[in-house]
Amino acid sequence: MTPTINTYNHFKDQLLASFRLAEDRMNGEAKTAFHGIRRAALDQFDRLGFPTLRHEEWKYSNVTALLKEDFDLDASSSLTANDLTQLEIPNLDGNILYFVNGRYRADLSRVVSPASEVELLSFADAQKAEPELIGDHFSRYADYQDNAFTALNTAFAQDGIVIRVPANTTVAQPVILRFVTDSREKNIVSQPRNLILVGRNAEVTVSESYRTLGDGAGFTNVVTEINLERDARMQYYKVQNDTEQSYHIGTTQVRQADSSHFYSATVTLNGNFVRNNLNIVLNGQHAEAFMYGLYMPNGKQHVDNHTLVDHAMPNSYSNELYKGILNDSGTGVFNGKIYVRPDAQKTNAYQSCKNVVLAPGASMNTKPQLEIYADDVKCSHGTTTGQLNDEALFYMQSRGIPKDEARTLLLYAFVQDVLSQIKIQPIREYLEGVVRQKLGE
Amino acid sequence: MLSINNLHARIGEKEILKGLNLTVNSGEIHAIMGPNGAGKSTLASVLAGREDFEVTDGSVDFEGKDLLDMAPEVRAAEGIFLAFQYPVEIPGVSTTNFLKTAMNEIRKHRGQDPLDAVQFLRLMKEKMKLVNIDQSLLSRSLNEGFSGGEKKRNEIFQMAMLEPKLAILDETDSGLDIDALRIVAEGVNQLRSPERATLVITHYQRLLDYIVPDFVHVLYQGRIVKSGPKELAMELEERGYDWIKDEIHA
Ligand SMILES: Nc1ncnc2c1ncn2[C@@H]1O[C@H](COP(=O)(O)OP(=O)(O)O)[C@@H](O)[C@H]1O
Ligand SMILES: [Mg+2]
Repeated sequence: MTPTINTYNHFKDQLLASFRLAEDRMNGEAKTAFHGIRRAALDQFDRLGFPTLRHEEWKYSNVTALLKEDFDLDASSSLTANDLTQLEIPNLDGNILYFVNGRYRADLSRVVSPASEVELLSFADAQKAEPELIGDHFSRYADYQDNAFTALNTAFAQDGIVIRVPANTTVAQPVILRFVTDSREKNIVSQPRNLILVGRNAEVTVSESYRTLGDGAGFTNVVTEINLERDARMQYYKVQNDTEQSYHIGTTQVRQADSSHFYSATVTLNGNFVRNNLNIVLNGQHAEAFMYGLYMPNGKQHVDNHTLVDHAMPNSYSNELYKGILNDSGTGVFNGKIYVRPDAQKTNAYQSCKNVVLAPGASMNTKPQLEIYADDVKCSHGTTTGQLNDEALFYMQSRGIPKDEARTLLLYAFVQDVLSQIKIQPIREYLEGVVRQKLGE
Repeated sequence: MLSINNLHARIGEKEILKGLNLTVNSGEIHAIMGPNGAGKSTLASVLAGREDFEVTDGSVDFEGKDLLDMAPEVRAAEGIFLAFQYPVEIPGVSTTNFLKTAMNEIRKHRGQDPLDAVQFLRLMKEKMKLVNIDQSLLSRSLNEGFSGGEKKRNEIFQMAMLEPKLAILDETDSGLDIDALRIVAEGVNQLRSPERATLVITHYQRLLDYIVPDFVHVLYQGRIVKSGPKELAMELEERGYDWIKDEIHA
């Protein structure tokens, strides 16, 4: 369907009006540097508008359906602890922080790590309690000039999480961020804004997960900014098991200093429309980034992963493996960019994207983009998209394994490369369960 | 045990089996020889239930049941085993996990309880010794990165584990050195019993020094054109196939 100007403008106008209304109600706050950034971001959002298919970065991901939804910008929720039981992951330990419609809910959350190990505070509290911290880092990493959704998130930045790990500290327990959309009563927009700062030689594991309660439409537009100082190590998981009425657009922006290590896994099991941007700037020597991804769109689901690794300094390493299983009319996009800057000699960069298409109506679009401006580098990339191997299926059947079972076994093996990267065992087991269920359907 | 009657099979427009007859009784070992492209692997695939081949005429009776009517996994559960000429790589699935799944599916079909981990491991240990295969190979992805010999040995290992009634070996000997050949033969001979039968497809009579067949058949242009005692294999080795072709075309 060709979007009409109206479709594109209605939601935008609603957002602009809401921003101005909130601004009018502000007192001194409107004059802070923080709000100055938000205002600039809003202006940029206004200029950019929502992307159409003509936009190079949105060629295969159509946001028209999102723009046609009738959202209520009031994010209030009556959700209580009782409602969360259905979302619980068995045996999950650690710092479990709940955000409902983008707002931190201390009453539902549990912090177990000592403050000396990790500072966990809501973005809303951080604005008040630590304005210098926000001033130093907010919007320093995630550029919104060319990304309307990042601009929008920045303009509406209000709540989310701030995680700060002091130097030489290992956070023993994972930090599990659970973003819940409560769309039981209305269509919800939530725009969490997260900031994760890992000090020198510090280590932390963070998981972001996205779920929805209710049948209403939910639009999550999240931005997570991550800064890893020298020798820092981070495991970062983004897990989406959302509803058929959910829209998710998110950017995770990472900057890495010398010898820092970043391990990520982005797992999208369900969701109506998902766009994940994972952008990593390797801004130090001997920095290493590992990026794993899994997506399994079926029905009419659409999952788009855009990744960018920017090798800015010599001797850095990146390795990326994304895998997809596409069924029914599910569609997927993988766009993987690797930049190697002129100074970044001795870069090693590897990228691979493998897909299995199970139904004639399903499809996958892959686009590796390598831009290499240094000469002494090792880079490789490869994408494959195919059906399940018939010979393998027959081989398994000939040993007594029924075809459906053989198919499940092959597909399950296919996803294990990615799932096995998730070191929080209860989360991995939970995902394995959802995957099994999905493959068995 | 197995009775193949006037079997015709084709792939696409190409007819490959053109009226093949063969009877195998339990306790027997039959060798099938023949030039490249004769249809030997096609016969093996049709018996195992590969769908790419369309059976256009004829019948196959296995222990009183219509074999052609069964799905491949049902045939396996009924006791058919094919050692592939080109074993397929199964990424991400170890031989151990694969075999455990296969065995328990077969047991389910037969109304038996699944083997528990201890029973399964004990059986594995026993059969590993038999085919001289290493544990490390069995924990790797099945056939992935295996050498030719390892793949063939793994086929025989699987056969030993599954203890089929009718084993079909499709050129399991090709590319094997003499030690590996002995191991393959050992695996087959271990299974030898009055209730079982084996169909050995081979190019060389070499293997038949170790697995002594009761009958040797020549498959040519989609049909069994000559059958005889084990000495026929020797004759084929010496004289090649041309004299048989001449006999037929004469
Ligand atoms: N998948 C296939 N598609 C087309 N032709 C095939 C296929 N498989 C086998 N054939 C043909 O069928 C004939 C018999 O092949 P095959 O049964 O493999 O012979 P053998 O095992 O005796 O060497 C050959 O001419 C071969 O080219
Ligand atoms: Mg052959």
